[in-house]
Amino acid sequence: MSDSILQLDAVVGGYGKMTILNGTTTSIRRGRITTVIGPNGAGKSTMFKAIFGLLPLRSGRILFEGRDVTGHTPRMMLDAGVCYVPQGRNIFPELSVRHNLELGAVALKDQSGLPDRVAAMLKGFPILAEKADSQASTLSGGQQKLLEVARGLLLDPKLILIDEPSIGLSPLMVQEVFGILKALRGKGVTILLIEQNAKQALQMSDYGLVLELGQTRIEDTAANIRADPRIAQLFLGGGLQPIR
Amino acid sequence: MLEFSILLPAILNGLTIGAIYALIALGLTLIYGVLHIINFAHGSLLMLALYGVFFLHSLFGIDPYLALPVVGIALFGIGYGLQRFVIGHAGHGRDENILLVTLGLSVIIENLALYLWRADTRTIETPYSFETLDFGIAFIAVPKAVAFAGALLVAALLWLLMTRTDLGRAIRALAKERQGAKLVGINVEHIFAMSFGIGCACLGVAACLLLPSFYVSPQVGHAFVLVAFTVVVLGGMGSFVGALLGGLIIGVTESLGGLFFGESLGQLGIFLIFIIVLLFRPTGLLGQKA
Ligand SMILES: Nc1ncnc2c1ncn2[C@@H]1O[C@H](COP(=O)(O)OP(=O)(O)OP(=O)(O)O)[C@@H](O)[C@H]1O
Ligand SMILES: [Mg+2]
Repeated sequence: MSDSILQLDAVVGGYGKMTILNGTTTSIRRGRITTVIGPNGAGKSTMFKAIFGLLPLRSGRILFEGRDVTGHTPRMMLDAGVCYVPQGRNIFPELSVRHNLELGAVALKDQSGLPDRVAAMLKGFPILAEKADSQASTLSGGQQKLLEVARGLLLDPKLILIDEPSIGLSPLMVQEVFGILKALRGKGVTILLIEQNAKQALQMSDYGLVLELGQTRIEDTAANIRADPRIAQLFLGGGLQPIR
Repeated sequence: MLEFSILLPAILNGLTIGAIYALIALGLTLIYGVLHIINFAHGSLLMLALYGVFFLHSLFGIDPYLALPVVGIALFGIGYGLQRFVIGHAGHGRDENILLVTLGLSVIIENLALYLWRADTRTIETPYSFETLDFGIAFIAVPKAVAFAGALLVAALLWLLMTRTDLGRAIRALAKERQGAKLVGINVEHIFAMSFGIGCACLGVAACLLLPSFYVSPQVGHAFVLVAFTVVVLGGMGSFVGALLGGLIIGVTESLGGLFFGESLGQLGIFLIFIIVLLFRPTGLLGQKA
């Protein structure tokens, strides 16, 4: 299990009386891209919130790098090396691109290296560098997504949780985002991705995780999942056949 | 037609009380802007602060202006604690609960004050209580001039705090995007409480500036809080400059209203302006569309 960076162990949680994660158990490989797929409402996004400490667990455990991080706050998860890019827009629209990036580092104890980090990040994202001093709201949807990713990367995370980054982006921009994720994997960063666009996402992924009703139904290599006839069925509606 | 020589002093007097209104409204609008709740306890906390200033003076002979750091910090602490340990918990994250909690707090604080200090109206006397400054065209009481300058100074400091410091940046980030703030690891509970605390510290400062030319009684908060709500809505909910401008406008309106309609009807003008602004600009003077 030495190549596992994140483990969920019988995680149970939800909203109010509603239980969404029904004993979710999985193990995510280090330095790889794993795509989570599953029908709407399966609990994919909820799983990310649970990992990042935005949703209290009713039971179960979450281990990051072998350490129990159950009940950690988002701040503690950032310190541990996890960043989370949720669905939709989560930037600060009224602040400049640069301020947005700087805010990515409020969790940093030592703020002295901040200007260098921001400069390095802008260098890695030329589109953002061009607009560094414009209000973030003037960026296109895709550029805002890039800004969010860049903000997350400011702390050199080991694991990135990224929820449906391609939604609302042009095909070209989707390519750009996926390209960045692949480049990050090249640097040893672990990526856990949720994608509706499962086919395309699985193509660049190493592993796939199929979630249904808050439980892991299939965990396999991305190639095997793409070839699995049950997956097609899953995305044509209807649930999975019981697995024997 | 009224003489200029009567109008001008009325306007200057209006500006001095308006600056205090602005300061109180700034606290209210800060809390609203960040937490999206209306703090119904604002008036009672101002009353507490005024009693604090009063007792520091009458028991220990501490000048109200010298008491400013103490009372400001005390009110900050009370506000921080209230939000972090009472309002934040009892509200369960639901706005209507939070409203009830702040309303309940105001009832408790006020009745406690009535019980402890009776309904008496109390004033203090300072060496400068009846001093005036000669502005050539008008005389302004020293305490009022100090209140005006002090309130504007504190507003400027608050503005610097909000725009130039990490804390201010975190507060503004949280006000705009709760989700985004959580994602970058901003401690939401702490920053909420800091905002509430700073909002209450404004009341502490206002109390110190106010008491030398005013009085304190358990109900003293009512008059101010009603006006402060008006200022906040008039200026645009959550708008900093709006609160400042609104406070000054309301102060002058009240003063001129008193001149035209008589002292007791002075506040009539406030509500006239209020209704007119809301008819033509429902988001307030500087408010943004929801
Ligand atoms: N904040 C919330 N409060 C209450 N219920 C919620 C909340 N967020 C999600 N839910 C519900 O929890 C269930 C799972 O939601 P979740 O967002 O985890 O699904 P998902 O697998 O990400 O689906 P999608 O593919 O639509 O994004 C859904 O039925 C949803 O309605
Ligand atoms: Mg989702």
